[in-house]
Amino acid sequence: MKRGIRDKVAIIGMGCSKFGERWDVGAEDLMIESFKECIADAGIAKNDIQAAWLGTCFDEVSVGKSALPAAMALRLPRISVTRVENFCASGTEALRGAVYGVASGAYEICLAMGVEKLKDIGYGGLPEFSSNMGSLQMMWFPNATAPGCFAMLASGYSEKYGIDMQELKKAMAHVSTKSHANGALNPKAHLRRPVTEEQVLNSPMVAYPLGLFDCCGVSDGSACAIVTTPEIAKKLGKKDVITIKALQLALSNGEELQYDNWDGAHFMTTTQAAIEAYKEAGITNPREEINMMEVHDCFSITELVTMEDLQISERGSAPKDILDGFYDRDGQVPCQVDGGLKCFGHPIGASGLRMMYEMYLQLQGKAGERQLKDPRIGLTHNLGGFPMLNVCSVGIIGKYDG
Amino acid sequence: MVGITSYGGYIPRFRLNRMVVVQNMAWFFPVIMAVAQGEKSVANWDEDALSMAVAAANDCSIGKNRKAIDGFYLASTTMPFADRHNAEIAAAALNANEAGLTCADFTGTLKAGTTAAIAAIEAVQSGSKKNVLVAASDQRRTQMASMYEMFLGDGAAALLFGNEDVIAEFKGNFSSSYDFADHYKASGKDFDYTWEERWVRDEGYAKIIPETINGFLNKYSMKIEDFDKIIFPCYFKREHKNIAKKIGADPAKVQDNMHEVCGDTGTAHPLVMFVAALEEAKPGDKLLLASFGQGCDVLAFEVTDKINDFKGPQGIKGSLANRAELNNYPQYSKFRDMIPIDMGIRSESNSNTSLSTLWRNRKMILGLVGGKCKKCGTIQFPATPMCVNPDCNAMDEMEDYEFADKSGKIIMYTGDMLSATVNPPAVYGAVRFDGGGRIFADFTDCVLDQVKVGLPVKMSFRRKYKDGLRGISGYFWKAVPQVTE
Repeated sequence: MKRGIRDKVAIIGMGCSKFGERWDVGAEDLMIESFKECIADAGIAKNDIQAAWLGTCFDEVSVGKSALPAAMALRLPRISVTRVENFCASGTEALRGAVYGVASGAYEICLAMGVEKLKDIGYGGLPEFSSNMGSLQMMWFPNATAPGCFAMLASGYSEKYGIDMQELKKAMAHVSTKSHANGALNPKAHLRRPVTEEQVLNSPMVAYPLGLFDCCGVSDGSACAIVTTPEIAKKLGKKDVITIKALQLALSNGEELQYDNWDGAHFMTTTQAAIEAYKEAGITNPREEINMMEVHDCFSITELVTMEDLQISERGSAPKDILDGFYDRDGQVPCQVDGGLKCFGHPIGASGLRMMYEMYLQLQGKAGERQLKDPRIGLTHNLGGFPMLNVCSVGIIGKYDG
Repeated sequence: MVGITSYGGYIPRFRLNRMVVVQNMAWFFPVIMAVAQGEKSVANWDEDALSMAVAAANDCSIGKNRKAIDGFYLASTTMPFADRHNAEIAAAALNANEAGLTCADFTGTLKAGTTAAIAAIEAVQSGSKKNVLVAASDQRRTQMASMYEMFLGDGAAALLFGNEDVIAEFKGNFSSSYDFADHYKASGKDFDYTWEERWVRDEGYAKIIPETINGFLNKYSMKIEDFDKIIFPCYFKREHKNIAKKIGADPAKVQDNMHEVCGDTGTAHPLVMFVAALEEAKPGDKLLLASFGQGCDVLAFEVTDKINDFKGPQGIKGSLANRAELNNYPQYSKFRDMIPIDMGIRSESNSNTSLSTLWRNRKMILGLVGGKCKKCGTIQFPATPMCVNPDCNAMDEMEDYEFADKSGKIIMYTGDMLSATVNPPAVYGAVRFDGGGRIFADFTDCVLDQVKVGLPVKMSFRRKYKDGLRGISGYFWKAVPQVTE
C-alpha cells in the first residue's frame, strides 16, 4: 500500500532570486541570492542542513556536472549533496529528493536548490542539445526545437476538437496576456510589460502556430527550499505550517509515438501524474478544491492543454474556460499568478521550486500586490521534454491540517 | 534470356527556370542566355548523388524481391565518400541482403553508368549473379554564371538486370575508351574544369559517339535503321540532332536530350534518357543506348512482351510530373552551398557520428527498419527489445518491419523558424503509417502552407546532416507530404 507523503514534510524556508537575463552574475551568485532569503526565512543555521539536492538541467553549459557546484557555492559542510536532472522537472526533483529524505526519517532538515544559467551561450532560446541527445538519437531524431515540438500539439488539438487554428490562437493569446498582466505585478519576474491579445497574435512566428509571445522567457535564476517535519517546524516556532500534500512524477514510456493510442492533443504523463497527486493529497474535485496553480506554461498551448490534463477544465473546453477568465488572477482558479514561466521566466532547474515559492508566499499571505484571497491549496506542474516524450511532475501544497 | 527486368527513375522535385539564372547572372556572362530554354532539375538541399540513387533504386525495385538482389552497382562522379563504399550504403537503404551481395562503385567518368550496366549484364550472362541492380546518379555543383550551371541538372536512374521476366533483352555492346578530357575534376576540387566548348562538341561528342555506334553496328552487322530508338546524351541541343544525322538516324527516332525539362544529369543521364525511352516502348522495339565520357559505351536492347505486364514505377515520366518551381536564385545557390548565410550559433552544433552506433543500428538508420511484436503484432518505430503495447510489453519478441515503402498520414506538424536549417522553417511532425506504427520525422520537399493534418506522406532517404569537420554525411529517412501543384 502506497502511503504517500501527505503532511509528512513541511517547508520552513524558501528563497528565489530575481529571474531574467542576469548578465551580471553566474550560477554561484544566483544560488547565494536565493539561499540568503531562504535561510533567513527558515531561521536556522546553514550547518543545520543535513543533506541537499541540486536540480539543474543544462549542466554542460552552465554550472558543470555533479552536485559540486551547489556544495561549493554554499560551502556546505561536507554533507550529502545529490544532483538531479530530469529536464524541466529538475527543480521539483530536487524538492522531491529533499522531501523524501525527511519523510524517510533519514534526515531532519534538507535543502532543495534549483539553478540554471542559460544566458551564457550567445544565442536566444534554449541551448542546442543535439550533441547530448545520444549517439543513436542524433542520427534519426528530427531537427526539432522545443517550440516546434509543442507547436505540433496545437495542430493535434485543433484537429481533435475541430477548433479552427485562428480560434485556438485567440485562447492561446489570452493565456499569454493573462501571464503578462500577472508578471507586471511581480518585482522578481523577468518580463514585466503587459501585452494585449492583439500584440500576442501579431508577434513574429517562431514555430507555426506559436508566435514569439506564445513562448516563455529564457532566463537565469535560482530558487530553493528548506524542508523538515511538521513537528520540528512547530518546534522552530513556525505558525501556519505549510506542508507538502503530494509530489508525483510520471514519465513517458514511448507509447505516445511508438504505440497508436495517443491523440496528440493531451499529455499522457500529466493526466497520470494528476490522478496520482490528487489521490495522494486526498482531492476529489480539483476544479473546486485547487485554489491556485503554477503550471508549466513553456508555451501557451502547453498551459491550455494542461488545464484539461489536470482535470480543471473538461476535455475540449479549456479554450472556453481560458477566454471566460476562469484562470485569470480574479478568476475561480488563478493560474500563473506570479507571471508563470511566460513572464517570471524559465531557468529550467529552478522553475519547479519557483512555482512552489509562489504557492508558499500566497499561502502565507506574503505575495504583495498579487496576493490572492485566502488560498488553502496550491498546485504546481512541470513538463520537461516534448509532448511526445516527456517528464511530468505535479506538486500540491497547502496549510497543515495536523 | 538476359536483360532488364525492371527500371526506375528519380528527378528531384525542384526545377529552376533557366531564365532565373539569366536574370541573376547574365550581367556577368551574357552567353548563358543562348541555352536558357526550359528548366533544370535541382536537388533539394538534403539530397545528393547517394540519396537520389537510393530513390531511383527504390523506384526500380518496387514489387521486386529485394532479398534476391545479389549485385548492387552504383555509378556516379559525385559520391559522398571516396573511401567507404557508397553502393553498400545504398544497398543498406534498400534492405538488400548483406550476405551473398557484391557491391561496386563505378566512378571517374560520366559513362560509368553504362559501364556498370555492362558489368551487371556480364555477371548475369556468366551465371555468377542472378539479379544485379545498377543505379546511376549525379548531383554536380556548378560555378555561378557558368555554362555548366545552365546545362546540368540533377537526377538518377536505375536498371535491374536478370534473366527472369525480362522486359528488354540485351542484344550486344561495344565500347571505346580514350583519354578525351572535355572536362575533369581533380581530387579534392569542388568544380569541374572545362575546355573550350567548340572542341568538346566537334572533337568529342560529334566524333566519339558516332564512331562508337558505328563500331557497334559493324560488330553485329546491323544498320542504324534496325533501331526504333537511339538514345545518347549531348547537352548541346543542336549537336545532339547533328549527331543523329551523322549516324544516319531518323531524327524522329532520337530520344530527346531533356535539356528543357531537367538538363544533363551526368553519369545518370544516359540511363535517365533510356528509362524515359523504355516508358514509351512497345514489345519488339529495338533500343540503342550510348554514353559519353572518356570514350563511349554502346548497348542494344529489344523490348519483350513482358513490358505489357510491367507495372510502371514512378520512373522519369512520373518524377518529371512531380515538380515544384524553385525560382529563387539565392535560395538555389544556398542549397548548393555557394553563398554564406548567417546560420547562427545554433547551427554550430557538431556532434560526432558514432560509427559503432551506426553499425549496430544500420537497419534502423539506413533501412528505416522498425519492429513488429511477434506476441501482439504491434508495429513500432524505433524497435527496442520490449514491446511498447502496454498490454503486451513482451521482451525480445521483436521481428524486423520495414517502413520505407509504407505510406502514412500526418497527425501533427509544425514549421520551426528556430531550428538551424538552410531552408527555414524546418517542417517536421508525427506520421501514422497506414499499416500501423508511427514516426516523428523531418518533412521535406514541401512548404509549410501545403502541410495539413491528414495529408498522405511517403518516406524518402535523405542526407540528414553533413559534418564538415569530419567529412561525413549522415543519412536518414524523411516524410514527403504528397502535395500536388
